[in-house]
Amino acid sequence: MAKLVIDPITRIEGHLRIEAVVERGRVKEAWSSGTMFRGVEIILKGRDPRDAWVFTQRFCGVCTTVHALTSVRAVENALNITIPDNARIIRNIIDGAQHIQDHVIHFYHLHALDWVDVVSALKADPGETAALAQSISSWPKSSANYFKTVQNRVKTFVESGQLGLFANGYWGHPAYKLPPEANLLGVAHYLEALDWQREFIKIHALLGGKNPHLQTYLVGGMAIPVDPNSQIAINAQRIAQMKQWAAMARDFVEQVYIPDLLAIASFYKDWASIGGGLGNYLTYGDFPRKTIDRPEEFWIPRGVVLNKNLGAPPSVMEQERVTEYVAHSWYTYADGDDKGKHPWQGETSPRYTGPKPPYEFLDTNGKYSWLKAPRYNDTPMEVGPLARMIVSYAAGHPDVRATVNGVLQKLGVGPEALFSTLGRVAARGIETLLMTRELDRWIDELAANMARGDLSIHNGERWRPETWPREAEGWGFMEAPRGALGHWVRIKNGKIENYQAVVPSTWNGSPRDARGQPGAYEASLVDTPVADPEQPLEILRTIHSFDPCIACAVHVFNGNGRELTRIQVV
Amino acid sequence: MADAINLEEALYHRGVTRRQFLKFCGLMASVLALPPRYAGTIASSLQAAPRLPLVWLEFQDCAGNTESFLRASNPTVSQIVLDLLSVNYHETIMAPAGKQAEQSLEETVKNHPKGYLAVVEGAIPMGEDGVYCTIAGRAAKDIVREVCGNALATIAVGACAWDGGLPAAAPNPTSAVGVKDAVPGITLINMPGCPMNIVNLTGVIVHYLTFKDLPATDQMGRPLFAYGQLIHNYCPRRGHFDAGRFVEEWGDTGHRLGWCLYKMGCKGPQALSNCPSVGWNDATSWPIGSSHGCVGCMSPHFWDTRTPFYERLPNVEGFGIEATADQVGLGVVAGVTAAFAAHGIISAVRGAARPIAKHESPSDQQSGERRDSPSRGSNGP
Repeated sequence: MAKLVIDPITRIEGHLRIEAVVERGRVKEAWSSGTMFRGVEIILKGRDPRDAWVFTQRFCGVCTTVHALTSVRAVENALNITIPDNARIIRNIIDGAQHIQDHVIHFYHLHALDWVDVVSALKADPGETAALAQSISSWPKSSANYFKTVQNRVKTFVESGQLGLFANGYWGHPAYKLPPEANLLGVAHYLEALDWQREFIKIHALLGGKNPHLQTYLVGGMAIPVDPNSQIAINAQRIAQMKQWAAMARDFVEQVYIPDLLAIASFYKDWASIGGGLGNYLTYGDFPRKTIDRPEEFWIPRGVVLNKNLGAPPSVMEQERVTEYVAHSWYTYADGDDKGKHPWQGETSPRYTGPKPPYEFLDTNGKYSWLKAPRYNDTPMEVGPLARMIVSYAAGHPDVRATVNGVLQKLGVGPEALFSTLGRVAARGIETLLMTRELDRWIDELAANMARGDLSIHNGERWRPETWPREAEGWGFMEAPRGALGHWVRIKNGKIENYQAVVPSTWNGSPRDARGQPGAYEASLVDTPVADPEQPLEILRTIHSFDPCIACAVHVFNGNGRELTRIQVV
Repeated sequence: MADAINLEEALYHRGVTRRQFLKFCGLMASVLALPPRYAGTIASSLQAAPRLPLVWLEFQDCAGNTESFLRASNPTVSQIVLDLLSVNYHETIMAPAGKQAEQSLEETVKNHPKGYLAVVEGAIPMGEDGVYCTIAGRAAKDIVREVCGNALATIAVGACAWDGGLPAAAPNPTSAVGVKDAVPGITLINMPGCPMNIVNLTGVIVHYLTFKDLPATDQMGRPLFAYGQLIHNYCPRRGHFDAGRFVEEWGDTGHRLGWCLYKMGCKGPQALSNCPSVGWNDATSWPIGSSHGCVGCMSPHFWDTRTPFYERLPNVEGFGIEATADQVGLGVVAGVTAAFAAHGIISAVRGAARPIAKHESPSDQQSGERRDSPSRGSNGP
């Protein structure tokens, strides 16, 4: 019973390692380990809470803006600040654009190579690829000549003998099922999506100065001004630019992403019964229609669905029920590693007990990851696009229900297919499609506010620390592309006393907890077929379906009473 | 003529028109401050075969520089990956995983000694024998030594790879360092920023491919073409600074009209970078363009030396003739005194304060990068 190791898991953000036992061609048991750690929360201690978003934004450069938003929400919650309506809308636009861009990049650049065989595309008849493309979409770039040009480009590349990023891939693996023509379509759109994402995300640069790591958030609102009579502010011309980018997103998602997803999925329907895992789903909800403290009006609802139960409304989600375990994580708790702690009481002392590098295997019976194990009511949960679509579906969200049902019908599968690797991939696409429509509405909403003469973007009543209470604590949350994200901040005497983040990939990638319950990755891998343990393509498929992001998942909290030394500026 | 035809054919097979390609060469010549005639030299050098191998290592990173790389527009990332270089290893985008991925790295290091470029993103944790970052069971500090030690040159992208960046911010829980301290003595180009600007990385690579040599750098190893100027000296809002027109509150009239952000904490007067001229995301905008102050992300140890981000820099000279010393100068003195008094470190900061550069020579400008922000002092014992 040999253990198989995949390290690094590539085409994700950050450092993830999977160890798995494969028996009779299927995964029997799996362990997920985050292998990098920085200690950002320790670094935040003693700093200005208004600066926190700049620091936490660097939890992750991929879903770059989400920690910034969560952080300003946490500090605003602590200081009881209500932001102007324009700031709420601009944040929705930025956040929505992040989801759309991130999901498209995930599908084409981080995930597609698990399903699309690049080398096989060389054997395609470009004419037949064109016929296939035209049968599923009205996208204009679908001529035989176009696909011939792409194929030539790939051919020139392959014949150079320098395969670069594509060297040592699993080309020709028996788990690849697409015909060469569909593979060529996938390769062409891989390249097109690279160009598309670069253009579309200019909407972030317009609103936030640059992408990644936008630079226009403020505690209390946004720094980007709204003023029809200013050249540097959001004015009519910039509204028109944003409308163009929104249209560009809608066109690409409707005519390229969704048709490709359906076409590729139709060859991999067996994956509708593989990789489901926990069956428990959690969302904090997001995209406020009025204010952040009215979750009942969010576009994405808040809630919990347990045991794959789509037949009843989701149960209420209360942040007080979130705890984190370190029984199998390289940390220790002062009163014993078997207890769960709510982030407010969160405590971390990193204590590495793993093997000294270089090593071959981790001690998976003991501690084996830099990720903690978050639990809700002591239950492991999956978060992310699938959780959002399932909670929305169970809550009766009309757009979600209609689109999910439409996709299931086209694929000829029932709702139970959602609880799978394929369901996770489909849910991400469905969410992207719905988000492109919302994006356009938010831009209209901003324009309507401007037309009414509402130019406010920042509430400065509690900008200065002397206006703050001596002590305050707050919770910020959002639905990041990869799932439910929460920051907890405690402020004392104008400084950060404690800061903690529980992030989507900590939920999904968590190791076992004190009761031995596995996290979402670990649970989803059980029973996954593996044709060739030397080339574990199938494991990558399920892990990648979560879109792991490990940089933000590995972090430590302030150890209680730990003395921190500071650089003295001289 | 024959050459031109071959070039055209080669470009056609790469899915690029000749016009697009030459436009790119021209742009690169201008970014690198080369005379236009170098566009031709750049063009012919980029046709070379075999393509130069490049490996991209990620350690204590957030992939922000990788994302910046994916936003490359001149040339596009697909042109870089398929046509310009042979990107043999890049964890975020490469096809293989696990042992097959590591095989790609090993083959490059073994088969091309001193013949590949290494790009490093993220800091390297030196504490506890390197357990804070391992890949394939190996410590980052060992990987970086082996891979960068055998490279023809290493490019450290982003603040983390340069000087430890965010992980190295006080109290530096993992003893994180940048490449220059993890692997002393190698040929190294530093490209700070959080993240680095892809236009500048492209510029360095094109410069190398064209001249078989790395661009000129300052004493900190930063290419002068990108880090040779203070943002403040050619900020589009400089006229407002000189005239004493400052944003006083977020969202006030001056803020809506694009006045100077100095009083809101802008670190542009102490930041060396070509941000204002090359912009971000195809020159769509840049941070000051979105009406937020510069946070000084290109500056040494900026997480400690440029925070608090909303506190104004204490010693900025050069208030212009349109404003009187009373109008502007008194405001500055009052603000600075208040800030210092609040933190009780007047003497410490005064001791370190020196005027910033008035001239444009690199050595003068670096004096503008001194660590005299009161920030860390405010947290001091």
